[in-house]
Amino acid sequence: MLTRNNMIIVGMADLNATKTPGALTTLGLGSCVGIALYDPFNRVAGLAHIMLPDSTQIQNNSNAAKFADTAAIKLISDMQRLGAKKEHLKAKIAGGAQMFAFTSANESMRIGDRNVEATIRLLKILGIPILARDTGDNYGRTVELYADDGRFLIKTIGHGSRLL
Amino acid sequence: MASLNSLHFDILKEIGNIGAGNALTALAKLLGKKVDMKVPAVNLVEFKDIADFLGGPEQRVIGILIQIKGDLNGIMMFLLKDDSAFYLIKAIMMDLAPEEVSDGFSELELSALKEIGNILASSYLGSLAELMHLNIVPSVPFLAIDMANAVLSVPAIEFGKVADRALFIESVFISEMNDISGYFLLIPDLPSFERILSALGVG
Repeated sequence: MLTRNNMIIVGMADLNATKTPGALTTLGLGSCVGIALYDPFNRVAGLAHIMLPDSTQIQNNSNAAKFADTAAIKLISDMQRLGAKKEHLKAKIAGGAQMFAFTSANESMRIGDRNVEATIRLLKILGIPILARDTGDNYGRTVELYADDGRFLIKTIGHGSRLL
Repeated sequence: MASLNSLHFDILKEIGNIGAGNALTALAKLLGKKVDMKVPAVNLVEFKDIADFLGGPEQRVIGILIQIKGDLNGIMMFLLKDDSAFYLIKAIMMDLAPEEVSDGFSELELSALKEIGNILASSYLGSLAELMHLNIVPSVPFLAIDMANAVLSVPAIEFGKVADRALFIESVFISEMNDISGYFLLIPDLPSFERILSALGVG
């Protein structure tokens, strides 16, 4: 498992979970979306870096962490194994940028928006409230999720940093 | 993609060689100096390692992206770091360029970079179209300056639809004075990739 400053690195199309005092990070989210889940009572955090909205639209869907729908379900079960309860979970999300200013109406080039929309829809179905989000726009984001209190730090190049 | 053998890799390398060779000739003309190319690499890269060749996920890079349509579909990218972009602009714009590397680039400089990307991609793709007798239509160039992972998420997602790894045909160029270096990436979608192989008689 890769780590940086004692934080577990979650790669592209990857997910991981940890207990307090652990932390998770994913680097350079572009059009992908970072889904951060947190159980504040049991202090368990989970982070997924998804690339695509919907596993049912794609034939090659063996990697659960690649899609919003399958990643969230796997992440919840990984967090439950660490003692989290589904009914306690809260979400924060980031990413889903449009990195290039494509002018065409080509649906596949709006992938950032579609990833965000799918994530929001899915969390609603799962009954997990979204406490905060930092999504869209045209720039990349590195995020850090801390299991001690669920704080979610967003870092950018040239667009500041903020705590959700 | 799982059935790629070493012959396929060699053919794709040769494609990268021809395409990038032509682009470099165009670049050398623009710069009025000699430009060298390293042996191209064809890499099947896991998504988590996608930015390794550029210096890691958070390395600030400049990416110029051109969508490819026609008989081949996919993405062509030209990637470079700030210092290279600065020298490239300086070499081409002469007195119009600023003296120092500043945090950002002006609109004029960004337009110049896009246009350079456009010229290089057109040369790259033009030579492939000729070689394979295929119709390849490049889009206008698009530019992003950001973390490598974020910039590369765009081609990665295209691959993500059909595979768990990305196929990059990667060519690195370095100018004679060692002050400008960059990467060409040809990223064909899966059907186009098969079309390339069959156009060259290796279906």
